[in-house]
Amino acid sequence: MIEFISQPWPWYVSGMVIAMIMVLLLFFGKSFGFSSNFRVLCAACGAGRHVPFFRFNWKDQVWNLLFLVGAVLGGWLSQEFLQNGEAVQVSQATIQDLKGLGFSAPKGLQPQELFSLKVLGSVKGFFILLGGGLLIGFGTRYAGGCTSGHAISGLSNLQWPSLLAVIGFFIGGLVTTHLLLPLLFS
Amino acid sequence: MKGLKFIITGLLFGIVMSKSEAVSWYRIQEMFRFQAFHMFGIMGTAVTLGVLAVFLIKRFQLRDVQGERITFQPKEKGIIRYLVGGTIFGLGWALVGSCPGPLFVNLGQGYWPILVAIAGGVLGTYFYGVLRDRLPH
Repeated sequence: MIEFISQPWPWYVSGMVIAMIMVLLLFFGKSFGFSSNFRVLCAACGAGRHVPFFRFNWKDQVWNLLFLVGAVLGGWLSQEFLQNGEAVQVSQATIQDLKGLGFSAPKGLQPQELFSLKVLGSVKGFFILLGGGLLIGFGTRYAGGCTSGHAISGLSNLQWPSLLAVIGFFIGGLVTTHLLLPLLFS
Repeated sequence: MKGLKFIITGLLFGIVMSKSEAVSWYRIQEMFRFQAFHMFGIMGTAVTLGVLAVFLIKRFQLRDVQGERITFQPKEKGIIRYLVGGTIFGLGWALVGSCPGPLFVNLGQGYWPILVAIAGGVLGTYFYGVLRDRLPH
């Protein structure tokens, strides 16, 4: 059983479980949307004293912070007990493309070229992660949601704005992948 | 413990995103290069089942655990904020290889440097809050 779970899970299992998570939260009287947590964190840190956008009762959103804590624990549990130590099973074409940018073949889930402490110590490595995070935080709040709030919850409710947002996600992702990464890594 | 169910749901999220490799930078790159069906399969399955679930919840007027009717907040109208905001998010998503949820799952996985991206996410959200009234929506 544990051997079976330790293999990577197929896409249809993942898709089903993600839909189930959205439905569970609906039955708990909440709505699946992860990026709201950034706003909650800002508010909890007192950002509301200076910026009206953060003046709301963030304590109503503690459930989402608990979900966040669960997500961290889930990552830890998977890493500690539910993996077989194999590298991510990404396609050969992707490995080849990334090799051209100077990324070695995957060993775990994340590339050492971005997520090692050594790279973090370099100016470039630090600012890639910080800049990427800034874009994620700014963009998700501007768009009013991320992959969970728009791509899953919004599209499931057939919301046109969510489709627009998802189109935007892909425009941005394609620009980074095909224009920005070659500039940064070759 | 009213909050426990949210921790457990989050735990399930962290496990499924890890085990289907959806938290991997490589998988996001593969998706934006259209070199595998994997990520599209995950989202396609989730949305197909999600549409069905939302339809059934509305059709049978289902209630949540507190006995309240489950309602859905329609997204505010607008074009610019969704396209521009979405594009800005997409730029960061492909760079870091994680959307907001997986940022935290990766933290649990032990990829400590991702804390810098998480700090960036909080700061970016703060900047949006500061600039909000001056941005077109």
